Amino acid sequence: MWQSILKFIQKWFHRFGSPRWFYQTTGKWLPYLAVISVGLLVLGSIWGLGFAPQDARQGNSYRIIFIHVPISVLAMIGYYVMAAAGAVALIWKIKIANMVMVSAAPLGAALTFLALLTGSIWGKPTWGTYWVWDARITSMLILFFLYLGVIALNQAFTSRDTAYKACAILSLVGTVNIPIIYKSVDWWYTLHQPATIKLTGASSIHPDMLKPLIVMILGFYCFYALVLMLNTRTEILAREWRSSWVRGLSQ
Amino acid sequence: MHPTNNSHTGILQRDLLVAIRQGSDFLNPLLFFVMTTTLVPLAVSPSPSQLAVIAPGMIWITALLATLLALDGIFKDDLADGSLLQIILSPKSLWSLVLAKVIAHWLKTGLPITLMAPLLGMMLSLPGEGYIPLVTGLAVGTACFSLIGAVGAALTVALQRGGVLLSLVVMPLYFPVLIFGASSVQRAVQGLEYLPVLAMLGAFFTFTLLTGPFAAAAALRVGING
Amino acid sequence: MATTPLLELQNLAFERDDWPLFESLSIALCAGDVMQISGPNGCGKTTLLHILTTLHSPSYGSVLWRGEAINGSAIYLAELAFIGHQPGVKLALTARENMRWCLGLFAPRKNITIDTALDSAGLNTCKDVPCSTLSAGQLRRVALAALYLRDATLWLLDEPLTALDSDAIADLESLFETHRRAGGIIVFSSHQALSIDGVRNLALAEFTAKVH
Repeated sequence: MWQSILKFIQKWFHRFGSPRWFYQTTGKWLPYLAVISVGLLVLGSIWGLGFAPQDARQGNSYRIIFIHVPISVLAMIGYYVMAAAGAVALIWKIKIANMVMVSAAPLGAALTFLALLTGSIWGKPTWGTYWVWDARITSMLILFFLYLGVIALNQAFTSRDTAYKACAILSLVGTVNIPIIYKSVDWWYTLHQPATIKLTGASSIHPDMLKPLIVMILGFYCFYALVLMLNTRTEILAREWRSSWVRGLSQ
Repeated sequence: MHPTNNSHTGILQRDLLVAIRQGSDFLNPLLFFVMTTTLVPLAVSPSPSQLAVIAPGMIWITALLATLLALDGIFKDDLADGSLLQIILSPKSLWSLVLAKVIAHWLKTGLPITLMAPLLGMMLSLPGEGYIPLVTGLAVGTACFSLIGAVGAALTVALQRGGVLLSLVVMPLYFPVLIFGASSVQRAVQGLEYLPVLAMLGAFFTFTLLTGPFAAAAALRVGING
Repeated sequence: MATTPLLELQNLAFERDDWPLFESLSIALCAGDVMQISGPNGCGKTTLLHILTTLHSPSYGSVLWRGEAINGSAIYLAELAFIGHQPGVKLALTARENMRWCLGLFAPRKNITIDTALDSAGLNTCKDVPCSTLSAGQLRRVALAALYLRDATLWLLDEPLTALDSDAIADLESLFETHRRAGGIIVFSSHQALSIDGVRNLALAEFTAKVH
């Protein structure tokens, strides 16, 4: 019973693992995903920027959370997506998982950078400074470094197969260490917490602000999936250019 | 008769013997450690009160950089002369041989740095309460650096210019060690309890000791392919 | 001669980054077989030897040792001796010290010591000087001394004749002869021919994959 289930999963994995199958299937999904993500993002932006109520303490400047929060969430999740793809690639030796992994790295790094950027833009009116060594910001910065490490490692190898395996191992090691790094940074921050800076703590968010935020988060999820697919498709073409089906595309 | 049949001490002995013959393996990281620490009063201020404040952090940062500097050669020298392939092809478990190499690396870099640290603490006017956590913390912390660093060194072993890349890959993983290590000294200087912090460092060391050699062994099999 | 093959290569193919190197390679080697891999540069001689050592995995096909797949098997590694392009000798150590760490990694033959192994390899005068003072040919001899010392059935040698003088080659030939009589298998790559009988030749270029 279990064995037949395992066999089924493996079979499905291998079908899904074929770059050609991935390329053709995602090709069909792309337009829908693009429409959904643009729709959600436009709806959420108009709702959040135009109709959600002002914040009692921060006025209008809080509205950057409609971009900042979804990006920060995805920047974190992106690392786990990358590591999970790496683990699948190492264990089941599935080509496409490698390609997803290396495509997720620059995407995650870009999101982490944007999270830091929007955070510091938000920081100026809130804290009076662009940069504060706050626990969350510092953790985000370290996450950015972890992404850059994977990207640098990926580019250093001449053999693609070796680069894939090396990146998979590094992202797995990173994943294991992320909770420890986050906890230690949290602890470090409580130790040195400067008294002058008051954080706008986790004040309960008004439901009228929450709804557009959820729309934006969903929109960004779809957008992430869309860009990840596009990146992976590019990687497939770069990697499989010798095969007849890729050559057939250009004719 | 065969003088040794124990693979772990065999590799450990070999690496230490090579280091003793060459000398520079021990000396260069240590000199780097001393020289960069000398930069601190020149760049910041010679005033003892100011130096005392930054001494714990500076000593930890320079110790981190010194171990990082010596990390590149941990597997690379063996790859260049062909002995790395013999190690990988040994029927003995690779993780234990990797562990032997990591221990050798720590004895060559981490231990001398740890022993030199009190002298540098004195030169940077570190208050007396800081020395015990500094030395114990560095002993455990540099071992963590060697263990984690071995994974990065294994991944980049066949790359021509792997040195800087290795630092980029490995350094984010060093943050917890630096945080726990440096704050244990700071807390001791401030008269606060520092043992719990050292205990956290010890817990992290145990974790890296249990996982690091396996990850490094897997990384080595990948890394040799370039 | 035994007829059951010890080492079997079944329909082996290797591609690096989807670039095919060789394909459809099937060979069976029995106890006492000596096989020379020959072919032009870049046809995959070293890669094939690395596949046989388990350093690389084949893209297709499999390698069997005593009927079992070789991947990840410590039993296989225990019966294997590999000498690659680099001799695997630490220059800061003496020949004797090099043999010593080698013994830490691999099981030795019975009734042989480091001394006698180094003597047989023709190094009786330079056992205790640092290997950095030895010539390239002497370094190869230090590497080959491991073959006298180690208890292995299958020898995989990548260009073992490089830098060896005619005396050393004659020594190696008699070493090969002893090993095959004892039921061992030798696979080596070289551009030179050895003067021993019954060497099977594998012209690897014949298996070069056609680029699709």
